[in-house]
Amino acid sequence: MASPVHQFEIQPLIPVSVGGVDVSFSNSALFMVIAVGVSYGFLVWGMRERSLVPGRWQSMAELTYEFVANMIRDNVGKEGFRYFPFIFTLFMFVLVGNVLGMLPYSFTYTSHIAVTGALALVVFAGVTLIGFARHGLHFLRLFFPHGAPLATAPILIPIEIISYLSRPFSLSVRLFANMTVGHIMLKVLAGFVVSLGVVFGIVPLAATVGVTILEFGIAFLQAYVFTILSCIYLNDAINMH
Amino acid sequence: MLPQFNPAFFATQLFWLAMCFGVLYFLMARIAVPRIAEVLSERQRRIDDDLERASQLKTQTESAIQAYERALAKARAEAHAVLQRSQDEIDHLVQTRNREVAERLAGEVRAGEQRIAAAKEVALSEVKGIAAEVAETAVVRLAGLALDPSRYREVVAAVVKEHV
Repeated sequence: MASPVHQFEIQPLIPVSVGGVDVSFSNSALFMVIAVGVSYGFLVWGMRERSLVPGRWQSMAELTYEFVANMIRDNVGKEGFRYFPFIFTLFMFVLVGNVLGMLPYSFTYTSHIAVTGALALVVFAGVTLIGFARHGLHFLRLFFPHGAPLATAPILIPIEIISYLSRPFSLSVRLFANMTVGHIMLKVLAGFVVSLGVVFGIVPLAATVGVTILEFGIAFLQAYVFTILSCIYLNDAINMH
Repeated sequence: MLPQFNPAFFATQLFWLAMCFGVLYFLMARIAVPRIAEVLSERQRRIDDDLERASQLKTQTESAIQAYERALAKARAEAHAVLQRSQDEIDHLVQTRNREVAERLAGEVRAGEQRIAAAKEVALSEVKGIAAEVAETAVVRLAGLALDPSRYREVVAAVVKEHV
């Protein structure tokens, strides 16, 4: 039986090299391309009729749009809509990546720390740049909130700085760990079905079905969490709490 | 060890992540998001337009109802005035007719009374003549006296005067 972590193996499909660095088109890249196609197809094909009264696909596309729009409206406010396309792309990329990973024999690019870490770092760097661009050095006030007694500064400021700097780690590790653990769990449980045979295998089979349903929920939920945390960070940068 | 921690594949993932995320961002920002936003704002515009038109129509309806009620009140007042005028005319006519008829009847009554009085007079004078002749005949037959005929008429006239 294959190792439960075999599914995370990067397999180069087309060797590509840029400036001596190996950037082969791998199974990970393939699923990223599929995710782009699925996102584009879902939204643009779904909206092809541009009906006043939406059909099923158009409703879904509009629902996705409104979902992200509400996240920004509730967590950031009107100012946040300048960054709507980025937040929306982020949500679609993570959501479609997570959901595609639920297909058998597929590859979950969001289960790789390199991908989630890069996305989290882009969010972190972007938010920090926006913060300094809007507020200048006053943005540092984020580390020492108004109204806090001056005496608490030696403790409060380091804590706030550490919590701010740990954001990209928590953001990336949360998504990577959730995806990885869920897929390993599924693989292990499914392995028990084979090893226990037809009679007793029914128990892990039922568990596998349950966990599969759970994993679909987690696929959506983690995309939501990743996006909403990005919105909350963006809110800090724009509105300073 | 998890394949995730193998640095040999970091570069390829980051490269394709950048490519795919970039392409997706372009597609979303340039095509998908404006298209959905356009449909949603068009729908919102239509809803607002319809609501506005509905409120306009409502105002129109209300003003039409007001105009109708004003016209109704005016018509009622006019009808009332016409009725009042006709009533007055009828009353006047009835009074005039009543007076005329009463006058004519009174005239006829007077003429009738005069005719009755004249007839009575004639009848009485004839009765007096007959009575005088009867008295004369009775006196001649019973007493055999021949008195002056004017005496009988005087006596009859006196008796009639006494009884009538």
